Amino acid sequence: MDKKIRILIAKPGLDGHDRGAKVIARALRDAGMEVIYTGLRQTPEMIAEAALQEDVDAVGLSILSGAHLTLLPRVVSCLQERGLEEVLIFAGGIIPDEDVTSLKDAGVTAVFGPGTNTDHVVEFIRGQFQTA
Amino acid sequence: MANSKPPEAIPALVDRALQGDRRALSRLISRVENGGAEAWSALASIYPRTGRAQIVGVTGAPGTGKSTLVSEIAKYTRQHQPAITVGIVAVDPTSPFSGGAVLGDRIRMRDLAGDAGVFIRSMATRGSLGGLARATTDVVKVLDAAGFQLILIETVGAGQSEIDIARTADTVIVVEAPGLGDEVQAIKAGILEIADILVVNKADRDGVQSTVNALHTMIDLGKAPTSVLHHGQLTTLATPPQVATDRWRPPVLKTIAAESTGIAEVLEAVTQHRAYLSAHPEGQQRARVRAAIELETILRESLVQQLLDHIGPEALTRTIDQVAARAIDPYSAAKQLLA
Repeated sequence: MDKKIRILIAKPGLDGHDRGAKVIARALRDAGMEVIYTGLRQTPEMIAEAALQEDVDAVGLSILSGAHLTLLPRVVSCLQERGLEEVLIFAGGIIPDEDVTSLKDAGVTAVFGPGTNTDHVVEFIRGQFQTA
Repeated sequence: MANSKPPEAIPALVDRALQGDRRALSRLISRVENGGAEAWSALASIYPRTGRAQIVGVTGAPGTGKSTLVSEIAKYTRQHQPAITVGIVAVDPTSPFSGGAVLGDRIRMRDLAGDAGVFIRSMATRGSLGGLARATTDVVKVLDAAGFQLILIETVGAGQSEIDIARTADTVIVVEAPGLGDEVQAIKAGILEIADILVVNKADRDGVQSTVNALHTMIDLGKAPTSVLHHGQLTTLATPPQVATDRWRPPVLKTIAAESTGIAEVLEAVTQHRAYLSAHPEGQQRARVRAAIELETILRESLVQQLLDHIGPEALTRTIDQVAARAIDPYSAAKQLLA
């Protein structure tokens, strides 16, 4: 009846910069989505548990600490452990191009670098959840 | 990939959710939140298992510390009574412009992460006014049926019109903070009338005592017969004194939720209020009012749905166009559609 796209925006790891996460949260809200924002310094377990409780369609991970190759695959496996295989995972932040392939192999569907137009992110997510 | 699987049938989902499958519970909550006929069939099937949880609402103006207080109440309960599981429903407003929402109450609840005895769900109001989402009561029922013994509801921070919470919760905690709303605010706000417990949070700030005093004054003003009694004018009272004096008087408590101070006293007051409701006729009255409102809401929704099905979208659109063009007045138009 009133199905909304629900998205968790989370910051794994220890960096304290959440401006990007907030900008994305705001853009997704303005696109009519329900965004659950969990704040700074989340462990992969906390992120996966929040995704489970909130029944989100997608998880967006913002990371600027450089620990993405360690943390993001762990988020993916924590989600899988909880039966959330179908949840879309995307990432943003300071992620070098050469790491993108291994993140995608690990189950991150898309990676958005600095300067990405928020409309682009919105379109990407809408495209993933297009209903006929 | 996304949305490729057909949604699970409601009866199977209900079974798994009630057996403690958290993934199923979460999905069931979404289906109930999204509404419609399947939501009602799910709610009807879980209904016999509801009515066991203690439901506590927390409301108050933005910035008073509702989320932190809710988090602390849950944490304290889990520490001191580990057998009690806690469900939390945190409501934030939907943007009226985009239909989207940013739900940020979990930020203040991070201490509860990793506790399998706690389940937190954020809800957007989705156009509903009055401090709760339309489906909040339904989501609370799902958590109740799933066995959560204490359910905490955090309303949006509108502060002056959150009447819905009084119809959903057994006990309503109204949170104030020093220097936010003074006496005038307290008079204005209908919110004081729904308070079973008043909490002045951020009690390490200046002006706590004047806020506490103002609240006590407001409570006493609202119970004029009792204060007349205190001044010795017994003869002027038409009502028997025991009726006036055994009514619940909302305690005014001080907390510093961010430092976990004063939480035990809040929970003690919640327990006392629960005991009061079970012993006093007011408890029965409240349950009856709640049943009446609930039934009326369901009747209204079903009637409107039946009516819209009966009228059909074309006739409705045509009539809306006529009213918009002022070719017909909306009163006569409604009458025609109902004929």
